[in-house]
Amino acid sequence: MTTSEASFDLVIVGAGPAGMAAAIEAAQGSMSVVVLDEQPMPGGQVHRAIEQRKYTGKQSNLDDRDGAALVQAFRNSAASYCGGTAVWQIEREGEGFAIFVSSGDAARCLKARRLIIATGAIERPVPMPGWTLPGVMTVGAAQILLKTGGNVPTGQVVVAGQGPLALLYATQLLAAGVKPAACLNTTMPGALDRALRHLPGALGDIGQIGRGLGFMARLRLGRVPLIGGVSDVAAHGDERLSAVSYVAKGIRREIKADLLLLHEGVVPHTHLAMSMGAEHRWDEGQSCWQPRLGADGQTSIEGLRIAGDGAGIGGWRIAALDGRLAARAMMRELGRETVPSLDGAATVTLRRQRQRLAGLRPFLDAWFRPRAVLLAPPDDVIVCRCEELTAGDLRAAIRQGCLGPNQVKSFTRCGMGPCQGRECALTLTTLVAAERGITPEEAGALRIRPPLKPLTLGELAALAPTGA
Amino acid sequence: MPFDVIIIGGGLHGASAALHLALRRQRVLVLEKSMVGRHASGANAGGVRTLGRDLAEVPLAVAGMELWHGIASLVGDDCGFHAHGQLKVAESAAEMQALEARQASLQALGFQHEELIDRDELFRLVPSISRACVGALIVRNDGAANPYRTTLAFRARAQVHGAVFREGAEVTRLERLEGLWRVTTPNGCEDAPFIVNSAGAWAGRMAAMAGDTIPITTRCSMMIVTERLPHFLEPVIGSQGRKLSFKQSDQGSVLIGGGHQGHPDLDGESYAINTRNLALGAAAALALFPQMTGVRIVRSWAGLEAQTPDNIPVISLSPRLPGLVHSFGYSGHGFQLGPIVGSAVADLVTHGSTNLPIGPFSAARFQDQELAI
Amino acid sequence: MFRKLPDGSGPRLTVFVEGQPVAVSEGDSAATAALLAGLSATRASALGGQPRAPYCMMGVCFECLMVIDGLASQQACLVPVREGMRIARQPSRPAIAKP
Repeated sequence: MTTSEASFDLVIVGAGPAGMAAAIEAAQGSMSVVVLDEQPMPGGQVHRAIEQRKYTGKQSNLDDRDGAALVQAFRNSAASYCGGTAVWQIEREGEGFAIFVSSGDAARCLKARRLIIATGAIERPVPMPGWTLPGVMTVGAAQILLKTGGNVPTGQVVVAGQGPLALLYATQLLAAGVKPAACLNTTMPGALDRALRHLPGALGDIGQIGRGLGFMARLRLGRVPLIGGVSDVAAHGDERLSAVSYVAKGIRREIKADLLLLHEGVVPHTHLAMSMGAEHRWDEGQSCWQPRLGADGQTSIEGLRIAGDGAGIGGWRIAALDGRLAARAMMRELGRETVPSLDGAATVTLRRQRQRLAGLRPFLDAWFRPRAVLLAPPDDVIVCRCEELTAGDLRAAIRQGCLGPNQVKSFTRCGMGPCQGRECALTLTTLVAAERGITPEEAGALRIRPPLKPLTLGELAALAPTGA
Repeated sequence: MPFDVIIIGGGLHGASAALHLALRRQRVLVLEKSMVGRHASGANAGGVRTLGRDLAEVPLAVAGMELWHGIASLVGDDCGFHAHGQLKVAESAAEMQALEARQASLQALGFQHEELIDRDELFRLVPSISRACVGALIVRNDGAANPYRTTLAFRARAQVHGAVFREGAEVTRLERLEGLWRVTTPNGCEDAPFIVNSAGAWAGRMAAMAGDTIPITTRCSMMIVTERLPHFLEPVIGSQGRKLSFKQSDQGSVLIGGGHQGHPDLDGESYAINTRNLALGAAAALALFPQMTGVRIVRSWAGLEAQTPDNIPVISLSPRLPGLVHSFGYSGHGFQLGPIVGSAVADLVTHGSTNLPIGPFSAARFQDQELAI
Repeated sequence: MFRKLPDGSGPRLTVFVEGQPVAVSEGDSAATAALLAGLSATRASALGGQPRAPYCMMGVCFECLMVIDGLASQQACLVPVREGMRIARQPSRPAIAKP
């Protein structure tokens, strides 16, 4: 894209499954649409580098095939795509929006009548002792390294956490010829029992559960130590990771490690939507903020919809359905009634499909609920990585009268670093709530301020009105 | 009746008035609609200056500077105050002439604190500034402080001396009853003989609620903060020809202001950043420090405050209503005046007058103006 | 900390990490190159100068800030490698040019 101030019917932020599906649908309806994403290639996280890669092993063949088809359809559609393009501010402009972006160190502004945020999910932060040491990463990070360029860890790899992605990656690693030293499972005792009451609803996507069991079988076959009931995971080392300690069956153990991969589920990436002022609510089942949405992803802001995991974690197939539903709703709004497939029956079918798949989520959420210690870590654990603040620093501010996350931020600088709360805002809210004996909803969320990505002074200055 | 004075608004001016009144053994209640320091007091550039002020403000600001240089003994916290000077630079001969004229007008009033310096002295003090600059006005013992920290320090010290602060206490009604003010919040009513209106951007509404018509508009000045950089700048930089304030914090980050306006939302207590206007601030900074072009902006924000028609505050007793003191309308330059004005307000409450030079700030000057809230 | 699986993941190219040549493939990010080069710390934290390295690899955590081709504070995980790219650790306070 080289034109500045280009104007579109629809701008979509995020080229993952939801964004791509929405774009395809909108383009079929003759809407002018562009998809923006800071990653260089489309696909989002789950279909990372899918146009190039071959390293994921047999487990996700179906996902990979369907994902590749979706990306291909996106490429073939009339929708425009701007990769390597970071959105750093969105303003209301008349009935539509002004979207400020940066690519290749130059900033520009696009206009849109309608906006879909499809920024997906991010890994839940895992504030545990030593998590800032070089050698500690997320499972998602390791999977990105594998998917993009076939990069695998050297040395002793320990996977610690819970949820399908952790097991999936471990099996992918095994298939690539690298044996993890241990898979530590942090699922709480009794969690599966509690989750079972959601099982009837989960039967709509029972295949997923079967896959998960298959992963464990494969890991056992590969003689990967699977240790359950793990708590108190800690990373140790001087300038980098050298060992991982944990408690299982009441006994503390320590193992040598060169790489520790953490995973405690994923949460909606709410940064952009919150910065625009879209209303959010705390979801107790998923322990995270979710946007308040009406039908087909409608937010509290007119003209703005959210589709995909950014609305609430549901997985990529639901995300694609959400994208299509949001795009169809916007086409109806903009009066594009002429599209043949835009009939009510097709929309109802999409919604029903979505509902069937969504039944799995409450089961998974209950089974893999994060431990309370991650939501309110011990005093010596770093919460704000950027500003190097511990949970104790934050508690001290609360005791001195900072009643909410934004006051704690003003007082301690928590959330004022480059990541602007992406790694600490959730913990900040839950820690304030725990400390004050209130709910996260009552504690409130960190206010997000632009720019959402740290653009340079030179880039911003170039946008000044001329003749001023 | 538990309180002698009820202060409406828990920003720096409210907290400062609370401290000075509490020091004089007045029983003080501060009612803050949201949280102490939530708006202008927590969002401003932190400049502590006498430089460049409206001539009407100069005597008060100069007197206030002494308080700043002893701030730790006043509130038990140094508030992050540094005094490395404030400069207003000129980029042309014409701008230099304007600075000379300014210095002359101050000297005519007997003030020597603003000093004209040439290129050599400017580059000695600010080695990193653009060589296109030709000179500056400087006040060597001006400086900067941390605004949120300062506000909280005033509150804490006021509380030590018995002042009560209530947050989440929006004033919804003001009425006179039997010689007292009755102040209503969602949590109930309080009565007191005196009220102080230090409600910042909402002070015009408070004034109207009491029965005074004082025209203000809302100012929504935006700020930029950069990533942390190696230390390169000691004084605070302003400009004769550009809307700019530019300083480096003790954290290493650079704060860029200048009064470029965002979109305020008074009812929502919030605002929207105006990116094009923000870009003007970035452009002004780069005009004086072009080497910063690759430096990253980490965050921007704005504050909500009151703007008067003549750009100077309202600090006085109400011209018509008994027991009411106004302290608002600081129009983008109230931070430095915070500590001293609290003392003036305390004088007005306890004695009905003050020796501090607040004459030009009388609310009566707007009596003939039309309502424009 | 990481190595590349041998069976060809696209065209190979060479970048320089702390001056040392590293073989990477098209599509790798500069952060990947740093990990392939064997760096453990890729930056010194801004406050305490603590050793830090990439954590999320997807543009969220900002731990992967590095100096790339002379420009500081770039999120290395979002920068695709180009032939001859120079990648260096980010100091806790990146330098700005003198006038």
